[in-house]
Amino acid sequence: MALLIGNTQARYGWIAILLHWLIALLFIAQIALGLAMVRMTSQRSAFELIQLHKSIGFLLLGLVVLRLGWRLANVTPRLPAGTGLLERRAAPIAHFTLYALQFAPPLTGWALVSASVLEIPSMPFDLFVMPNLPVPVSDASEAWWGATHAYLAYAAVGLVAVHALAALRHHFWLGDTVLVRMISPSRRCDGDKPE
Amino acid sequence: MPIRNSVAATLAAIAIAIPAARAATSLSEAGGRYTISQAGSSIRFSIGKTGGGSLDGAFARFSGNIRVDNASADRSEVNITIMPASVGTGQGRIDAFLRSDAVFDAANDPEIRFRSTSVRRTGETSATITGNLTARGKTMPEKFQAELKSFRGGTITFRVTGKVLRSRYGMDVGTPIYSNVVEFDMTLSGRRG
Repeated sequence: MALLIGNTQARYGWIAILLHWLIALLFIAQIALGLAMVRMTSQRSAFELIQLHKSIGFLLLGLVVLRLGWRLANVTPRLPAGTGLLERRAAPIAHFTLYALQFAPPLTGWALVSASVLEIPSMPFDLFVMPNLPVPVSDASEAWWGATHAYLAYAAVGLVAVHALAALRHHFWLGDTVLVRMISPSRRCDGDKPE
Repeated sequence: MPIRNSVAATLAAIAIAIPAARAATSLSEAGGRYTISQAGSSIRFSIGKTGGGSLDGAFARFSGNIRVDNASADRSEVNITIMPASVGTGQGRIDAFLRSDAVFDAANDPEIRFRSTSVRRTGETSATITGNLTARGKTMPEKFQAELKSFRGGTITFRVTGKVLRSRYGMDVGTPIYSNVVEFDMTLSGRRG
């Protein structure tokens, strides 16, 4: 079988798989960084970790834009044949919410740095200056965006945990290929048509 | 950095005072020792931000003296000590950051000092002051430009400017978002005695 780039009715192609796991790894690193950077006793470490968190946030935002574009331009593999009606209805909502919670934390983080009275420029990976979003600059605005950013990040962590548990349930309990088809397109998939 | 500026300023003042003294009869009596007074003096700095704008601040507490040698400018001297704990930018969080060990470490290094090593006249009322700036345990040669602004009633005032690379003092945090170049603009006013 040739290297599968795009999705098919049964399988995820390599682009979707790589974007999925790259974003997953960066998301976990980003959450750990976000929790650590606000607990640093060294102000220098705090400053540098916050700049790295901003850089990774902009990278994640760019990757999520690519990922959404790729998803909309591709077919989405079918759900396993045995999926019940409730799950069939819940799956698109869950996936829509997963996408929303990939966009919301980086966007609200961007708004947070834009609202800050400290006016620290954003320079992803020291490469270029990212302009600020047009939000009011004040202590109150900064506090509001900061809280919103944190709550959305916690919500994303919660939904990602549910998403991971659901994948494990599919793999170990239901015994279908929902998990393995996001690992490699060469795995045998349910609903495969003879190729 | 502020110390540097202030030192430079004092040096400049000395240098300026000397030429001015030669140029004008009113300054012929400028020779002598001056104590820098915070009233009438200011030590401001500006650090450019990438993409435009700058971080501006000032040091509120500093002390020093200027010795103007009428006979020979190079024998003039400037000594300045700046208290980095007195840094102010108008933003409390930025001030706390600057005072912390990320930048000045004011708790462990409460003083920034400048000692002039040479004063060279560059005009009737201007001079270049070279000296050693000490901050956070590092001593580096720095250069400042001084210009005599006024001398009357035993009070001498110089404007001193200069650029200092903060990375040389272990204060490179935030580069390249914030420039490595700290631009000092000081007004140093000394009272005879």
